[in-house]
Amino acid sequence: MAPHTEQLTRPAVQLRGLTRSFGDRTVLDGIDLDVPAGQFTALLGHSGSGKSTLLRAVAGLDHGVTGSGQLTALERVSVVFQDSRLLPWRRVLDNVVLGLEGKDAGEKGRAALTEVGLAGRERAWPGELSGGEAQRAALARSLVREPELLLADEPFGALDALTRIRMQHLLRELWKRHRPSVLLVTHDVDEAIVLADRVLVLERGRIGLDLTVDHDRPRGEYRSRLLAALGVTEDVA
Amino acid sequence: MTAVTTGTVPVPVAEEAHRVRPRRRLSPGRRLPAARLAGPLVVLAAWAIASAAGQLDPGAIPAPWTVLDTAVHLWTAGTLRTDILTSVERAGYGFAIGLTAGVLLALAAGLSRTGEALIDGTVQINRAIPTLGLIPLFILWLGIGETFKIAIIAIVVYIPIYLNTHAALSAIDSRYVELAEVLDLSRVQFIRQIVIPGALPGFFVGLRLGVTGSWLGLVVLEQINATSGLGYMMFQAQNYGRSDIILVGLLIYGVFGLVSDTVVRIIERRVLSWRRTLSS
Repeated sequence: MAPHTEQLTRPAVQLRGLTRSFGDRTVLDGIDLDVPAGQFTALLGHSGSGKSTLLRAVAGLDHGVTGSGQLTALERVSVVFQDSRLLPWRRVLDNVVLGLEGKDAGEKGRAALTEVGLAGRERAWPGELSGGEAQRAALARSLVREPELLLADEPFGALDALTRIRMQHLLRELWKRHRPSVLLVTHDVDEAIVLADRVLVLERGRIGLDLTVDHDRPRGEYRSRLLAALGVTEDVA
Repeated sequence: MTAVTTGTVPVPVAEEAHRVRPRRRLSPGRRLPAARLAGPLVVLAAWAIASAAGQLDPGAIPAPWTVLDTAVHLWTAGTLRTDILTSVERAGYGFAIGLTAGVLLALAAGLSRTGEALIDGTVQINRAIPTLGLIPLFILWLGIGETFKIAIIAIVVYIPIYLNTHAALSAIDSRYVELAEVLDLSRVQFIRQIVIPGALPGFFVGLRLGVTGSWLGLVVLEQINATSGLGYMMFQAQNYGRSDIILVGLLIYGVFGLVSDTVVRIIERRVLSWRRTLSS
């Protein structure tokens, strides 16, 4: 039990006074944040609010960006992008196990593809997949690395509405089964409420609202609070 | 709204289908069988018919069968075999060196900023100088033997291969570079999985230009500075007024060019099979 407890006490992401700026525009303005291990956190915000910048900082992808502050994150991190980012010249399975070492890589890859519902498409080229299937393959590519922390940057933003609902369901299922910490960047309020246990609203480089979601309570209440925090007034139909 | 309209507008499908006017087809349509051979065969037939009808001066354009006769004769009794061998050897060596140099330079220039700074500008200047204009200088440096011929062919070959491979390397989507960083790929894995496959389409464009270039360089080199080879054979034939021998040489060049281009195409189609699935 000891390692398990230790894992629980160690936060997945810890930010202290994180600042990032592009030129003289400050995008992240001294953010303090703790994401406990195993938590599903959604990060909401307008475009330009800095949510992608925050995610990229945690992912270690912000080369050449000026900034300061402290950032610690778990070791095994996987990233899911808005586009599936599959290499068109590698078959689906080879994309999933890209960079994995070891003899059982293929086995793991197959298992991950089965989990996301793509069993049988191992030999397909990414160009033959639909948008939803490609994003499933991208999820499999993240899963197969057994991440402690999954970073997702509007992963379903480019999908049609029906596919998006299915993918949200799949992501929640996968999270329940594997329990990684998740940091999901989205601009979709409903998506954030449905998926996450905690929703942060980023506003002009600071965390404007930190909301814990109880999935047994009606969503409408969270929805209006989040929309208000985002400065959106909803016409009552 | 949708619930209301569904099922209340009774348009019979067959009747509607009938009303649709077929669109004019603008694509060229289905490919003819053996399409690439049709044109050459028509030319050959016209040549044969004109020769048989006595419409062509046999001194200027001998009949196809005369050319064939000469080819057989040169092959069995003459120096055609050694001439072909010499030419293929020159083109082969030059091509191999040019190919290697082009790919290595493109990789060096594409993968490091220092490499780019040192290599790219230099190659661009080299490209601006017509390579065949370097012949006199190379003869002075390397003598009139095989070395200078191979060197010139190598230069003719490396330039298109470098240019196209480098362009393809620079055009690799930066999102894939980001992916490689996220997946913690090593430098070697990154080159194997992303850089090389991503640059292959451009490389093949360069390769096809390079292959044709090697034959082109060969013709010029052998016609002015050689004592053997196909070009030399043709040059001699010109002195003796033997147009049939010249035609034999030209046909062999043509066949070589066609065969090598086809080989590259076949390799390209196999290696880039993932692209076919996109276009089909």
